[in-house]
Amino acid sequence: MTQETEIPLTHPKEASEGIPPVMGPGYTFRSISEKISSITLARRTPRAWWLGFAVTFAFTLLLLYTILYLLFQGVGIWGINVPVAWGFAIINFVWWIGIGHAGTLISAILLLLHQKWRTSINRFAEAMTLFAVANAGLFPLFHMGRPWFFYWLLPYPNTMRVWPQFRSPLVWDVFAVSTYGTVSLLFWYVGLIPDLATLRDRARNRFVQIIYGIMAMGWRGSAYHWKRYEMTYLILAALATPLVLSVHTVVSFDFSVAILPGWHSTIFPPYFVAGAIYSGFAMVLVLAIPLRTFYGLQDFITMRHLQNMAKVTLATGLIVGYGYGIEAFMGFYSGNIYEKFTQLNRMFGPYAVYYWALIFCNVIAIQSLWFKSVRNNPVWLFLISLIVLVGMWLERYVIVITSLHRDFLPSSWGNYAPTVWDWTMYLGTIGFFLALMFLFVRLLPMISISEMQTLLAESKEAGEVTTEEKR
Amino acid sequence: MDTNPGLYGLLAEFDSPQTLLQATRSAYEAGYRRMDAYAPFPIEGLPDALGFHRTRMPLLILIGGLVGAVSGFALQYYCAAVSYPINVGGRPLNSWPSWIPVTFELTVLIASLTAVFGLLALCGLPMPYHPLFHVPRFSRATRDAFFLCIESTDPRFNLPATKDFLAGLNPREITEVPQ
Repeated sequence: MTQETEIPLTHPKEASEGIPPVMGPGYTFRSISEKISSITLARRTPRAWWLGFAVTFAFTLLLLYTILYLLFQGVGIWGINVPVAWGFAIINFVWWIGIGHAGTLISAILLLLHQKWRTSINRFAEAMTLFAVANAGLFPLFHMGRPWFFYWLLPYPNTMRVWPQFRSPLVWDVFAVSTYGTVSLLFWYVGLIPDLATLRDRARNRFVQIIYGIMAMGWRGSAYHWKRYEMTYLILAALATPLVLSVHTVVSFDFSVAILPGWHSTIFPPYFVAGAIYSGFAMVLVLAIPLRTFYGLQDFITMRHLQNMAKVTLATGLIVGYGYGIEAFMGFYSGNIYEKFTQLNRMFGPYAVYYWALIFCNVIAIQSLWFKSVRNNPVWLFLISLIVLVGMWLERYVIVITSLHRDFLPSSWGNYAPTVWDWTMYLGTIGFFLALMFLFVRLLPMISISEMQTLLAESKEAGEVTTEEKR
Repeated sequence: MDTNPGLYGLLAEFDSPQTLLQATRSAYEAGYRRMDAYAPFPIEGLPDALGFHRTRMPLLILIGGLVGAVSGFALQYYCAAVSYPINVGGRPLNSWPSWIPVTFELTVLIASLTAVFGLLALCGLPMPYHPLFHVPRFSRATRDAFFLCIESTDPRFNLPATKDFLAGLNPREITEVPQ
């Protein structure tokens, strides 16, 4: 069998420069397929999986309990009030939706840019996107107070004879986020079809065969199908690329179209998009580092992937830091007393501790990623990614709270503090997100089998074979 | 022409993407047209070897995108300028710049839905039953085996002759696929 040869995936040039390969050595088409699908098809579920799922599921129940109590009592259980009517709901919405952006960036933009290293991380990054968007959607939904009327946001002929206000960014948000959720789901599912067929064909259990068989829809790897499939996948990537940029732009319009000092700024769209990608890559690192260790996937998610993600995190983090700088500069340079006051209030007002914590997380801590030794150390990368996630949450906290709590008229000033229900809802969504990730790694292949095989075939054709074929 | 009731075609299994590609080219040169190749991942040049050069997917998706753009803009124009016009300080009712985001989102949404459902429709999926699923070894087509199937509906198909032809391509195994 000629294809059962060992092929190290290192380009000779890259190897001489000490760049780690995108795939460990010694894999064949068969061993790639078996290694990835056996995680899903394993009869026994690892004990650590059960433990992790139990803990995260408990937090999911906390989320359900909070929502039930919220529906019973109303949004008054949260800390929101005039003038800060948007508290945690919008902070967490923006935080979650931003995290989702890295999944689309990895799967769509890096595909268009022919970045080979995207292959082994795109599947679970896309799953992360879906679950993050689902959690993001919960916050505006329940902030509405009467979420059962959510369909009033959609344009449909109704007896009230009114339509949504299409000149409002909040309505744009409904369209942007729902389109984003739908397209992410389609992209993810299309990517899964060939792998579902692999699982169908490898499964021994009749029930499992039927379930994967239904989901694979009769895929059989026909060359005609592959041609249409590749074309569709490429065009979906091309559609998802501007989409992902538009989503966080529209989210930033929610703020920047308002005339509030600290919000009414043209830097918001690019600065929000960069922040989204920055936090999203941090979340991918937070998920990838334990996953590759626990499931022994260091050959597929190599140091190359971790290093590259660290570099993207650093680059986008610097853009975010530039955004903070310009915001502060414009506050003073504009000559507008309200803008200037808002900046001073952010830095030295009642919420100053959050501002300086965010500067520490997003501007100072990430500078360590300049060092190769840090980028090469998964433990450090994991810790820095956690700091980034906290920092991006603090950023939204500062933007939302400090601008709202002291606007133009001192008579309308107030303060904001989250209640225990704000925290249970937030922690609940984190639990729900992780519980969904646990289910995902158990039930679906977390790395794309067919794309890894393509990667292997391509490197073979490109002559990136340093050892002669055996046998 | 030989009619073979009860036979879907002849399935030849190959070792590697390269041998499958060569075999497909030879079969095309020998005049076979109603055939298909199966692999666990897309192989460059294989659809061309089968004589499948262009897919209609891009055209379909373009049409979907145009439908989304036009209907998205028309929806907003109808709602905000025709059905429920609000005069805000005499500003124009057709405030098109503020309608661009939703128009864009609907363009992407309809184009993507067309892409996925168009892909399934053109490929004839979902297809719960296919004669090839009868062949036990065919389950490896989604893992590490490469197949070429010459279908019995091909005008040049002749069971012994086609079998001899396939045997000359150095396959690992040849199977008769029942209907």
